[in-house]
Amino acid sequence: MTLKVNLITGRTIDQGVTIENKTSSDYQNATAYCELNSNDVGKVGKPGNNIKIKTEHGEVVVKLKENNGNPDGLAFIPMGPWANALVDPDTKGCGMPGFKGIPAQIDATNEKILLMKELIARYK
Amino acid sequence: MELLIKNGAVYDPKNGIKGDKTDISIKDGKIVKSVSSSAKIIDAGGRLVMAGGVDGHSHIAGAKVNVGRLMRPEDTRIGIKPRTKITRPQTGYTVPNVYAMGYRYAQMGYTTVFEAAQAIMKARHTHEELEEIPIIDKGALTLFGSNWPTMDFVREKDMDKLAAYVAWGLLASRGYGVKVVNPGGGEMWGYGKNVTGLDDVVPSFDVTPREIIVSLMKANEMLGLPHSVHLHCNNLGKPGNYKTTLASMELANQVKASKDRQVLHVTHATFNAWGGTNWGDFESKADEIANYVNNCDNVTIDMGQLIWGSATTMTADGPVQYANAKLLHAKWGNGDVELEDASGVVPIFYVKQISVHAIMWAIGLELALLTKDPYKVLLTTDHPNGGPFVNYPEVIALLMSNKKRQEEIKTVHEAVHKRTKIPGIDRELDFNDIAIMTRTGSAKVLGLLDTKGHLGVGADADIAIYDIKPDQIDPSVEHAKVKSAFQSAAYTIKGGEVVVKDGQITATPVGRTYWVDASVPQEHTDIMMKDIRHKFKNYYSIGLANYMVQDAYVTHPKVVKAGISAGVN
Amino acid sequence: MTVITDALCPFCGCTCDDITVVVEDNKIMEVKNACKIGVAKIKGHHRIKAPMMRTDKKGEFKEVSYDEAIEAASKILAGSTRPLLYGWASALCEVHKKGILLAEELGAIIDNTATVCHAPSTLAVHEKGLPSATLGQVKNRADLVVFWGSNPVHAHPRHMGRYSVFAKGFFNEKGRRGRKVIVVDVRKTDTAAMADEYIQLQQGSDYLVISALRAILAGQAAVVPDVVGGVPKEQLVKLVDTLKAAKFGAVFFGMGLTQSISRYKNIDNAISLITELNAFTKYVITPMRGHYNVTGFGNVCAWETGYGTAVDFARGAPYYNPGETAANDVLLRKETDAAMIIAGDAGAHFPADSVRQLARIPVIQIDPYWNPTTEVANVVIPVAICGVEVEGTAYRMDGVSLRYRKMIEPTHPTDVEILEKITERVRKIRGD
Repeated sequence: MTLKVNLITGRTIDQGVTIENKTSSDYQNATAYCELNSNDVGKVGKPGNNIKIKTEHGEVVVKLKENNGNPDGLAFIPMGPWANALVDPDTKGCGMPGFKGIPAQIDATNEKILLMKELIARYK
Repeated sequence: MELLIKNGAVYDPKNGIKGDKTDISIKDGKIVKSVSSSAKIIDAGGRLVMAGGVDGHSHIAGAKVNVGRLMRPEDTRIGIKPRTKITRPQTGYTVPNVYAMGYRYAQMGYTTVFEAAQAIMKARHTHEELEEIPIIDKGALTLFGSNWPTMDFVREKDMDKLAAYVAWGLLASRGYGVKVVNPGGGEMWGYGKNVTGLDDVVPSFDVTPREIIVSLMKANEMLGLPHSVHLHCNNLGKPGNYKTTLASMELANQVKASKDRQVLHVTHATFNAWGGTNWGDFESKADEIANYVNNCDNVTIDMGQLIWGSATTMTADGPVQYANAKLLHAKWGNGDVELEDASGVVPIFYVKQISVHAIMWAIGLELALLTKDPYKVLLTTDHPNGGPFVNYPEVIALLMSNKKRQEEIKTVHEAVHKRTKIPGIDRELDFNDIAIMTRTGSAKVLGLLDTKGHLGVGADADIAIYDIKPDQIDPSVEHAKVKSAFQSAAYTIKGGEVVVKDGQITATPVGRTYWVDASVPQEHTDIMMKDIRHKFKNYYSIGLANYMVQDAYVTHPKVVKAGISAGVN
Repeated sequence: MTVITDALCPFCGCTCDDITVVVEDNKIMEVKNACKIGVAKIKGHHRIKAPMMRTDKKGEFKEVSYDEAIEAASKILAGSTRPLLYGWASALCEVHKKGILLAEELGAIIDNTATVCHAPSTLAVHEKGLPSATLGQVKNRADLVVFWGSNPVHAHPRHMGRYSVFAKGFFNEKGRRGRKVIVVDVRKTDTAAMADEYIQLQQGSDYLVISALRAILAGQAAVVPDVVGGVPKEQLVKLVDTLKAAKFGAVFFGMGLTQSISRYKNIDNAISLITELNAFTKYVITPMRGHYNVTGFGNVCAWETGYGTAVDFARGAPYYNPGETAANDVLLRKETDAAMIIAGDAGAHFPADSVRQLARIPVIQIDPYWNPTTEVANVVIPVAICGVEVEGTAYRMDGVSLRYRKMIEPTHPTDVEILEKITERVRKIRGD
């Protein structure tokens, strides 16, 4: 099924640890995932599966993770290029794009997670 | 390089020259007896010549000033000037950017300016800005009045430790003198409270403002520092505070001066000469303050003159700034510094038709005009608290012309008639008085009179030439010309180099930073440092090893030696 | 072997200054006292070895000399009519000064990473000021700490230990036991898990909840609905009582406020709440700044230009209007025709549309590391790592200025050296 969520992005400690090492698989592992609570995870697959998340601004494939700190319907992706494929670029007249509170939908997918290089290559 | 200024109408109070045509010879940045025939000549053509202006109290650099900028983009948008081949862009009016600070002072013929307050912990920031202010020589006074080590050593009555701490604090902050702001109040503001007088006890430290002031004055004189204690009195900003101010001034009698200068400088007295009990019966008590100053020889003051329009109040007096923000419904910046002091920033707009503002405007002028000896009252606006320093020429014109004052009085709130004495004061200052209040006196109060504030042999070649001929002008009548001349120097010479010509910046040399290296017996420092190390281990949020300002932040230092073992006096 | 003590960590806005580093043969062997992120930052990773260039962004880079790269970068910038100089927060203040001078020379826009972080907080400061304090004031006095939309366990790992939650101080000898910790967030973060009280809001409702708290504080609880932003009114009333009962309260806020729907208005409202609380007891509020020297850029930029960031020099004098002159504004409007990205990674941290614009225009990258910005760059100039290989100044999140130590000798030129050369070359090309 397609799960409708509200997407937020933000820092994590592993995203911080790998931030100067963005060509590594460690960075990808630290940032190319989406957290949902177990209830929501169950609607789109299992932890460790790939999911495709879409917003009005883009789509990206990331790994599914469980975090029961999230309330129902709230999705979290660590800040980074995978998250930023989805966020709202509108700066709302104050210079700040919309990194939190983006309506999104999530589906299970068999597609693979793009490497950082492949992800950015989509913009060229 | 040699320079000769000919045909100037020179006002040099220290050397007793009052408008005489005197040539000034300059060589290698200093004033000398004579120069060779190959010297470059500036013909002053009978125009007014004075030493470069010296400002002993102005907020030009550091955390508070930058908070002011960040809080006030509306101020930055005033006074914008694009870059030129010589100058960086200028912005701001009450909180100018660093470049405008230097250019605008130089354009008024000022060449030396002292930042009035820096917490030791934030002194690195102050010096980062001072380093980027072009042209002028500068320095910064360091806050000691609510510092935990100060209060501990005062409570212990250990003057050796206190003096050692002051010496070390000046080194740590590369500071020039001892600033005391609402002593004890900065600590109390840590819990949102304040002291209400000289004898309130600061909880946990068990000291009073009275004890702090007296002890710091004693330490200051033990160390033979060039400047005296520089005091922002308790109860500033409260009606009736003149009594606290007078009581604070009397404390100077307990201490003997170590040098030929005051024991206590009470700053921006406009904010401390208030009578009444509330905003309704608010009145000037400038006459009482001036009367006290006239009858003592150990206290000096500066005006802190109010200027109509926009100002930004900024002070280490945290509680007064919270009160201001509440009173004015204004935005409020607060910046407590752990173990050291408080601070606050609040914009204000001084309005002629607000009675309190009108009375404050009068107080500054009364202080200057009722204090008989101009060496005892310096011209300041407590930039940018009373108003921006670019308004000094307005203040000069007001002091030199009763006509201008009377014209102005007609336009302000009637309260100035009933609650100040300004309408009846007809004294008009002359160019000699102005030279004292804006350079010679400031240099004396700061302890810099050997090289600053005069035009005698050996002085720094910091000189202003103003486009005004003293023997052909009646400042009382032609006050607009006086103001205009002081706004835009015909020449400003800094260290022998022409930096301003016809009001335009012509060169932007790097000025020096004055700081005081005061020595004390090593054993005093050793004992004192035990306490300091304890405080860093337990209470400071940074390490002692990262506290002191490094040489990298004072690239053009002018170190003034002082101290106990230096055998001063 | 050399042991460097009292070193400073160049990662986050905590700027921890108690780091010990063991150096052998100009290599960092051991890092003590730092958090996991700090250790990673100080130890470093695989570096870009040499300058690289390419004309076709889809093509491969070719290694070039520094002179060639600087020449190419200078030509790109000198030939641009609307250049953007972006990044800065991972560099020292000495670098910022050179950057602002270059922006003046070029008539460029200069903006820093705060633009996707706390720049909205500065907009709120314009409106309301900022009642704040140094972190040691919190350590010594605070008996109540609130984290609102911030997650220090992840983003500022030593904040709680050094300054806020666990730190012992003069008036609080008990540390954690002497304090109440409240976390307000939209999901139960690891920080929320260790709080005494966790208040969960519906995402995007911070403004409403802060407004409700202000109403209750002002004695107008009657106008507050039964539930605000998912929080029961009783809980908010209780929270106001708790806030008022503190002797010294400290609020630390993060991206939860700056990046959600109401942006700077959230902060504006939060500052108002703190100001109003000061009528009852002592309160301070501090933004949790991300990069170790993002606060430094704001300070340098303010004293040099009057504005904290997003400064447009196209008129020769500084002009500032976020929403118009911030990095993402000009990229999304496709105004930017050349960009220099330095000490920040727009490729990773800007929305896709902004990265698309970077992919269309000539991009110069000055950075020690290969990252998404490298993928859209034409000229890449690797540099020494500030705070590890270069000493200089940075500002902690509370505005305390500190001097970073050099831990090892650089193997690459410094940012300052590169910027000086570019500026000099740009002047020549432009015939100034």
